[in-house]
Amino acid sequence: MSGFVSIRNLRKSYGSFEALRGIDLDVAKGEVVCIIGPSGSGKSTLIRCINRLEGFDPASEIRVDGTPVTTGRALAKVRAEVGMVFQSFNLFPHLTVRENVMLAPRRVRRTTRADAAAQADRLLERVGIGDQADKYPGHLSGGQQQRVAIARALAMEPQVMLFDEPTSALDPEMVGEVLDVMRDLARTGVTMIVVTHEMGFASQVADRVIFMDAGQIVEQGPPAQVLSDPQEPRTRNFLGAVLNH
Amino acid sequence: MDIFDTFLNADVMRRTFPMLLQGLWITLQLGAASIVAGLVLGLGLAMARLYGPAPVRFVTRLYIDIFRSIPLLVLLIIVYYALPFVGLRLSPFLSAMGALTLVSGAYTAEIFRAGIEAIPKGQFEASAALGLNGRQTMADVILPQAVRIVIPPLTNNSINVVKDTALASVVAMPDLLKQATQAQALAANPTPLIVAAAIYIAFLWPLVALVSRMERRFSARGR
Repeated sequence: MSGFVSIRNLRKSYGSFEALRGIDLDVAKGEVVCIIGPSGSGKSTLIRCINRLEGFDPASEIRVDGTPVTTGRALAKVRAEVGMVFQSFNLFPHLTVRENVMLAPRRVRRTTRADAAAQADRLLERVGIGDQADKYPGHLSGGQQQRVAIARALAMEPQVMLFDEPTSALDPEMVGEVLDVMRDLARTGVTMIVVTHEMGFASQVADRVIFMDAGQIVEQGPPAQVLSDPQEPRTRNFLGAVLNH
Repeated sequence: MDIFDTFLNADVMRRTFPMLLQGLWITLQLGAASIVAGLVLGLGLAMARLYGPAPVRFVTRLYIDIFRSIPLLVLLIIVYYALPFVGLRLSPFLSAMGALTLVSGAYTAEIFRAGIEAIPKGQFEASAALGLNGRQTMADVILPQAVRIVIPPLTNNSINVVKDTALASVVAMPDLLKQATQAQALAANPTPLIVAAAIYIAFLWPLVALVSRMERRFSARGR
């Protein structure tokens, strides 16, 4: 049985460099998956393929809730169901925090202004920055900006949330506040696919940890197994380097 | 002969001023119409140049390069004196507006393109990930940010368009310069030319100063 997100033989090349070399992955509804691995291993490319920010080999197949990730109408449907949080936040600097959250529901879902504003305030409250709604993103700290970005993605009520190294651009003292929001989110049953270097978060929150290297999935399983008792030498090397520095 | 009587003759000024005002009104109409039409054309060209299919991009680029290369006066004379041979006879106003718009559109297109390309890729990606389509991404996310970047160069271009309206006097357009040369002939005194020059400067100097101020503020903000 294929998963809520199902990936079959995903391949992607940049010229002669193969970034993804045949990935098969199923993620169940409500599952929280953390993807770890060295930089350049293809983990960001993998999740960017799920909403087709990156194109991929036409022979590959990705489905979200049964809808193939292709182009046109099907892609629009997938993108409305898949939220994404970026390493560099990518908030819209010319809009206030509240307007950032309201934009997609207004334009894509045709929500009324009043409903979108009420929803935005609820979401901003939920990520702990209800009092900043009228400020512009440039006036917030990195941690606050990333929480706005999470609220903005949640405003589309996505079935799946993709996180692309959400804490890598943050000062250390702000990592915790973002991870707390993500931890709360995981409890609500949203399907989450998280590319991260935060091993603590992966071990506490993930249902499954995937270790990638050189465009392939090397090893996967429950966090206790992958992080504490890795079977593959490459996983062991990576974890050794990350945990002992 | 007194230099004031020659170049700033009060009596000539009084007699010819109404003519110059008529000319100024036409110059302003021509300038405004050409600027607005050039902006619309330029935005369309920029979109075609950036997002059109390959043949459209090629043709757009060709257009932009050609119309940035051709001297405006040459284009204006072709439109006014050559097009009638193929049955297209335009009034002086439409000839001048057409030539100004075609050239201004080419420059404006490059300004818009540079402004859009200056917006970080992450803005496009965030819009796509939220499900916005291409048109919504442009209208709600990219252009509002790009406009702030392109306002100084667009204002510069608009100043050039207003200055270039003076070329319309060669196709018998009764603009400010043409009225001034006629007034000079009538009065047998160059004062109207000096007054016309002063009027051009009076209108454009504030815009030039505004651009400098915007550019200074812009570089101070360091974006």
